Amino acid sequence: MLGNEAVARGLYEAGVTVVSSYPGTPSTEITEFSANYDEIYAEWAPNEKVAAEVAFGASVAGGRSFFGMKHVGLNVAADPLYTMSYTGVNGGIVMAVADDPGMHSSQNEQDSRHHAIAAKVPMLEPSDSAECLSFTKTAYELSEQFDTPVIIRLSTRVSHSQSLCELSDRVNIPNKPYIKNVAKYVMMPAMAKGRHVFVEERTNKLREYAETSPLNCTIYNSTKVGVITSGAAYCYAAEALGNTVSYLKLGIVNPLPEKLILDFAAKCDKIYVIEELDGIIEEHCKALGIKVIGKELFGLIGELSQEIIAEKILGKTFDSVNFTEDIPVRPPVMCAGCPHRGVFYCLSINKIRVSGDIGCYTLGASAPLSSVDTTLCMGASVSGLHGMNKADPEGSSKTVAVIGDSTFMHSGITGLVNIAYNQSNSTVIVLDNSITGMTGHQQNPSTGVNLKGDVTAAVNIESLCKAIGIKRVRVVDPYNLKETDLAIFEELAAPEPSVIIARRPCALLKYVKHKPALVINDCKGCKMCLKLGCPAISNKDGKAVIDSVQCVGCGICTEVCRFGCINKADGGVN
Amino acid sequence: MVKSIMIVGVGGQGTLLASRIIGNALIKKGVDVKVSEVHGMSQRGGSVVTYVRFGETSADKVYSPVINRGEADIIIAFEQLEAARYVSFLKKGGKMIVSTQTIDPMPVITGNAAYPADIIAKIKSAGIDITAVDALELAVKAGSAKASNVVLIGVLASFAVMSDEAWIEEIEECVPPKFVELNKKAFYLGKESI
Ligand SMILES: Cc1ncc(C[n+]2csc(CCOP(=O)(O)OP(=O)(O)O)c2C)c(N)n1
Ligand code: SF4
Ligand code: SF4
Repeated sequence: MLGNEAVARGLYEAGVTVVSSYPGTPSTEITEFSANYDEIYAEWAPNEKVAAEVAFGASVAGGRSFFGMKHVGLNVAADPLYTMSYTGVNGGIVMAVADDPGMHSSQNEQDSRHHAIAAKVPMLEPSDSAECLSFTKTAYELSEQFDTPVIIRLSTRVSHSQSLCELSDRVNIPNKPYIKNVAKYVMMPAMAKGRHVFVEERTNKLREYAETSPLNCTIYNSTKVGVITSGAAYCYAAEALGNTVSYLKLGIVNPLPEKLILDFAAKCDKIYVIEELDGIIEEHCKALGIKVIGKELFGLIGELSQEIIAEKILGKTFDSVNFTEDIPVRPPVMCAGCPHRGVFYCLSINKIRVSGDIGCYTLGASAPLSSVDTTLCMGASVSGLHGMNKADPEGSSKTVAVIGDSTFMHSGITGLVNIAYNQSNSTVIVLDNSITGMTGHQQNPSTGVNLKGDVTAAVNIESLCKAIGIKRVRVVDPYNLKETDLAIFEELAAPEPSVIIARRPCALLKYVKHKPALVINDCKGCKMCLKLGCPAISNKDGKAVIDSVQCVGCGICTEVCRFGCINKADGGVN
Repeated sequence: MVKSIMIVGVGGQGTLLASRIIGNALIKKGVDVKVSEVHGMSQRGGSVVTYVRFGETSADKVYSPVINRGEADIIIAFEQLEAARYVSFLKKGGKMIVSTQTIDPMPVITGNAAYPADIIAKIKSAGIDITAVDALELAVKAGSAKASNVVLIGVLASFAVMSDEAWIEEIEECVPPKFVELNKKAFYLGKESI
């Protein structure tokens, strides 16, 4: 099974009762799979901080709980995590964080091991699906034994690779009794001082445990070369070097053992540390006085692979046939019929400055729309726009923020509160496609459906914006370019904060009925429709043609063709 | 020996389902298998790659889930440009299966780059064993353009390792019930096209 599915299976087998997460590639499927088990209450929280606090509450009440996220999500959840380290747990708490070396789907390449070190909580790192399952179960035992949250560190290749797993039954663990304990759970200075002492003692005990834990294992072959490694990097090393070298495979990456590493190093003539992203194990070895080779060979950037390791350590080269001509890149694009496209087209032709955010609509930054000016982190579009407009009030009539519905729920609302409270003349466009699209279509608090698929309360974005204090709130259909363009023009001109909600469901949603593909007759070659960046429209010998397999008949291209060349296949006007 | 199959295409073309069908069918053979998938950003029309690696016998252990240059025994390309992009991953003596479909990437649509001509012929002239199939047309014939992934599995079946029954069983498990018949048809159209 998929690594993420195996973590979910581990949650099930460990008797977990509460799961709360926010989606983020490559972590999302853990929570989706855990929702398939009736015994687990699983939910999408509006953001990672909420998810962490839900898990904390569930633990205090006595249940085993879980929260999951991608690496940058842990930045959002860091606040509760760092103090949860002090309170410890009642029912076990495990969280999973998925790093993305190589940035397949992320805005940075941070190494989440730093968070484990800084929060002083143990972190386990599985290398395949079988370990995802077994480490998750062990994590709950450690959590309750050492009174600490435990982090499972994943990475894209572990989360999204399938390998074989052995399944067992669920252990049904009754909730632990709740006993009021102010010194443990109320972290005000007097109590926190006591708990900090506990945390330092706990780290020492965990380090002691790591010396002999079966999660850290040695595999001795020839001792000419020893490799210290963990996670996916172990798989690449084992593939490249096989049984010609000895391995110390660390399943616990925080805290790192000392005796075990010193002992392994003493037995081997030459030591390589092979780890993805930062040189954390390497620095630890160096601090122990061991001479190791690591980052000077492998670098701090991107994914490792068996090829890189074989090349750097064995000096092996690979021969292969290359295609000799230039191959155009194929960057991701918004789908044919994507509801975001209309808004970006209007922003692009009017040369509006765009404070951007994270979601499918980040693709509005790419050619030919090229209309996004900034993308930082979730929610930053709205708060960033306020900053831009305070620094450059003149610019406010030609600058907007764009933010998706899920991202608005995650952390856009607080930025909008700031706009209303501190009054900047800002125009915020909520791109409401009624789903969390980028991460593979998860529900969110504005969609009216929960993770388990049940109908539930939906946040009304219009009423919310008004309640915050925004007086100008209007809804447009982004398939109607004229209406969208007019709304942007008027709200930018208005001398007060405003919100435009561009509402149309994502074209990939199952309930969205597609219209028949359109065709272009007698194309005049003006290339206006190519400015939409619709992947269904291409340019064949100077004339635009529509690919009938991809086109979903959204019709926005008919609005930009001044010659009326784009019509229904039967000749009718769209 | 560990064998490697690489599946390349454009996000949204159904490469993920193809890799799952192949991976699951191999698991049932009782050998070690790793399948590496792509989710997230590149699924939106970007260049996508999935890897299937498996042991020839039950004694072979697969460590790495990824395939490097010069390592793939078979590459299945869902689109010509992607075939060209990843041909360097093919092992000497490896085999490439390519759908003749072409999908212009955005830099070509916007006129900033050109789609290379005669890709299949050029790959062939580089000495590569390449089989080209109009998978899209066969899929449409089977009932849906979306079934080109299963057409290509049919083509793979004509070369490789497993009985038709094993493939069909996997298709039945991996596709929604109402599309099973269509996909079976697509499988056989692919297989018989060789
Ligand atoms: C802190 C953080 N958590 C999660 C993610 C992963 N992520 C990227 S975009 C996105 C949500 C996109 O949904 P929405 O805003 O509704 O836009 P859409 O993709 O539907 O257009 C998520 C969860 C992230 N980048 N940062
Ligand atoms: S998944 Fe939906 S929101 Fe995302 S690009 Fe495609 S149509 Fe647009
Ligand atoms: S109607 Fe036009 S813009 Fe919409 S999907 Fe079809 S080709 Fe693209």
